[in-house]
Amino acid sequence: MSKGPRAAGPLWRTGALLVALGVLAPVATLIWLAAGSDMAHWGHLSQHVLPRAALNTAVLLAGVGTIVLLVGTGCAWLVTAHDFPGRGVLSWALLLPLAMPAYIVAFAYLDLLHPIGPVQGAIRWVLGIDSPRDFRLPDLRSMPGAIFVLGFVLYPYVYLTARAMFMTQPAHLMDAARSLGETRLGAFFRVALPLARPALMVGLSLALLEALNDIGASEFLGIQTLTVTIYTTWVVRSDLAGAAQIACTMLLIIVALVLLERHGRSGRRFASVRRMQPMRPRRLHGLSAAGATLAAAVPVLIGFVAPAAYLVWETVKRLQQGGGVSHGLLLSMGNTLGLAAGVTATAVVAALLVTWASRHTGAAANRARWQARVASLGYALPGTVLALGLLTPALSFDAFVGQALGLQGLPLLGAGVVLVAACAIRFLAMPVGTLEAGLARIPAALEQAARLLGETAAGTLRRVHLPLLRPALAAGALLVFVDAMKELPATLLLRPANFDTLATWLYAEAARGTYEEGAIAALIIVLAGLLPVVLLARDPLGAATPEGNP
Amino acid sequence: MSVRLELDDLSVVYDGARDGHPAVAGVSLSLEAGRIGCLLGPSGCGKTTVLKAIAGFEPVRAGQVRLGGAVLSGPGVHVQPERRRVGMMFQEYALFPHLSAAENVAFGLRRQPAPERRARVAELLALVDLADAGERYPHQLSGGQQQRIALARALAPEPALLLLDEPFSNLDGATRERLSAEVRDILHRAGQTAMLVTHHHSEARTLADDIGTMHNGRLTDWAAAPR
Repeated sequence: MSKGPRAAGPLWRTGALLVALGVLAPVATLIWLAAGSDMAHWGHLSQHVLPRAALNTAVLLAGVGTIVLLVGTGCAWLVTAHDFPGRGVLSWALLLPLAMPAYIVAFAYLDLLHPIGPVQGAIRWVLGIDSPRDFRLPDLRSMPGAIFVLGFVLYPYVYLTARAMFMTQPAHLMDAARSLGETRLGAFFRVALPLARPALMVGLSLALLEALNDIGASEFLGIQTLTVTIYTTWVVRSDLAGAAQIACTMLLIIVALVLLERHGRSGRRFASVRRMQPMRPRRLHGLSAAGATLAAAVPVLIGFVAPAAYLVWETVKRLQQGGGVSHGLLLSMGNTLGLAAGVTATAVVAALLVTWASRHTGAAANRARWQARVASLGYALPGTVLALGLLTPALSFDAFVGQALGLQGLPLLGAGVVLVAACAIRFLAMPVGTLEAGLARIPAALEQAARLLGETAAGTLRRVHLPLLRPALAAGALLVFVDAMKELPATLLLRPANFDTLATWLYAEAARGTYEEGAIAALIIVLAGLLPVVLLARDPLGAATPEGNP
Repeated sequence: MSVRLELDDLSVVYDGARDGHPAVAGVSLSLEAGRIGCLLGPSGCGKTTVLKAIAGFEPVRAGQVRLGGAVLSGPGVHVQPERRRVGMMFQEYALFPHLSAAENVAFGLRRQPAPERRARVAELLALVDLADAGERYPHQLSGGQQQRIALARALAPEPALLLLDEPFSNLDGATRERLSAEVRDILHRAGQTAMLVTHHHSEARTLADDIGTMHNGRLTDWAAAPR
């Protein structure tokens, strides 16, 4: 077989390899940092810091995992197997919390559920109690509070995968179980649930990776998780080696979660070959219909409607008081858009490199597919871990270049190059996923035809593939853009001095407890976050799942 | 064990059917215990809907479904599918892909003690000539083997009535001939009352004792098959 147009050129292959190495570099740096430092730190950390942070993280993940599985699976079954008033709206509205970063929801609920805030005030009014001292809900700043917030923000990951599974499950399997003497509930537990289990594992691991990445919500709510501990060990105590050692501990949890996800994705060998009639939803009446509507509405209310309404209310109040929008907020909005644009361009070009190199069969393409898989692993790395792994090489590079060229300051870090790289690494899986799906739909014959008509490889990409890939590129770019706008942990650690994004602006306000323009910043982030949710709602089987399909 | 099936002026109307056009209109028939009945007709004639009404997956608009004299469906009556003691073999077999062949057969035997359940599964696997295939998963079985496992699974809980929905439609001609004769023998040996729907005349003639033809939701005749 001739090589001809099949294998990608050496330039592409090298580019793809570089992208994969770029994703692996921070992990290698971390391990080197952790192992190379003196172990006195480690002794102190492993005795006084790590056990509590690890226990907190474990409890948090267990609690969040329970909530996302119960709420996500329950709601998915409710809207796919039943018909009740509001089902059509609710089946996509249940995705809305995806637009809400956890730190924004935590920020909103701290005020909403404050002892003298609207919710507790209303409860006291209903019960006829005058003083906050006589009646008070448990404090949100607690482990149960953090589990509540993260659980109701992250359940859509499970909901999305479970719903796709239930929607494609052939109806006759449930009928068969019924005809063999099983009740509706029994058939759910013995047939529908076991069949959906691989999909549930995928959703669960994605939700838990997000929970692990979270820094804002845990910190606002006062939970010392591993992520928060890395941040404080590094920033407050300036102990880089110690932070790297904690990060390495965290890598173990991440590897376990990624393996769980891979296991779930490979466990779909049951998938029916033939296209079969999907389940016909059963119509509910009376009380059970009302109960179903309520049950599916509660997660939307908690995870989206209440915090979003709070943000709108606070924004309107702020603008009416004539406060207007400060110069600083406008500046951070510009910074946010610039950062997101830079990250999007970087990630899309990198994704194009790795997917194009792996588009055909052959040994070189197989190697390239491995690189694509490695390159897509960045989504699993929490922003703090990623930042920690990139900072040291960047600092040495800056020192070297600074000395060589006689420059002042930090050329890479100061220009935000490292921050853009960190975000691009973290979000690379999304454009890789959409581009792989897009390329798979373009027959090889098109490329062969173009080459036989005298076009070069690069010309074929430009004149044939890029136009055909435009929807995939746009979807991937949108997903990256919005996630880069929301990104908090890596931005906090890697941003240049005096550089604020909307997310860090909000973080600073919440940390100070000032609550001035934080709601405006949050509202802008949420509005941007709604765009990809609309995209997902229109494409229910999730060709563009949040983390792509690596 | 097996009992008589009676349909009395049965009508089924689907939700949202245009101008309430019935999918099944005034179907009456009687199938004696131990006999194999067959509804013959082109796709869309309502024969599968009759099966679904008998199984309890589709509520009836008018008329009655009676099994051994007890009303299963009728005005104000709808016995849930799992309480009817009606077994069904589905068109695409509907084997549970996450369970092995033996586990599929054992699915409806949950209330039996384990030793009896194991014995019954072995008995049925032997009956359909697949005693060695119990550990295999549905995707590891050929079409004909899947079909026989589906039959074993439907027979395992000793249903009062067995329904077969186009049981051989996914098989090629020669296999179909052989298997329909096999299935007929298995059912007769078990004394099983069964109702089959198909659009193949040859299949109906090989298998059935009583044959009816359906057209536009109506049953136009119902008589013993000529031998």
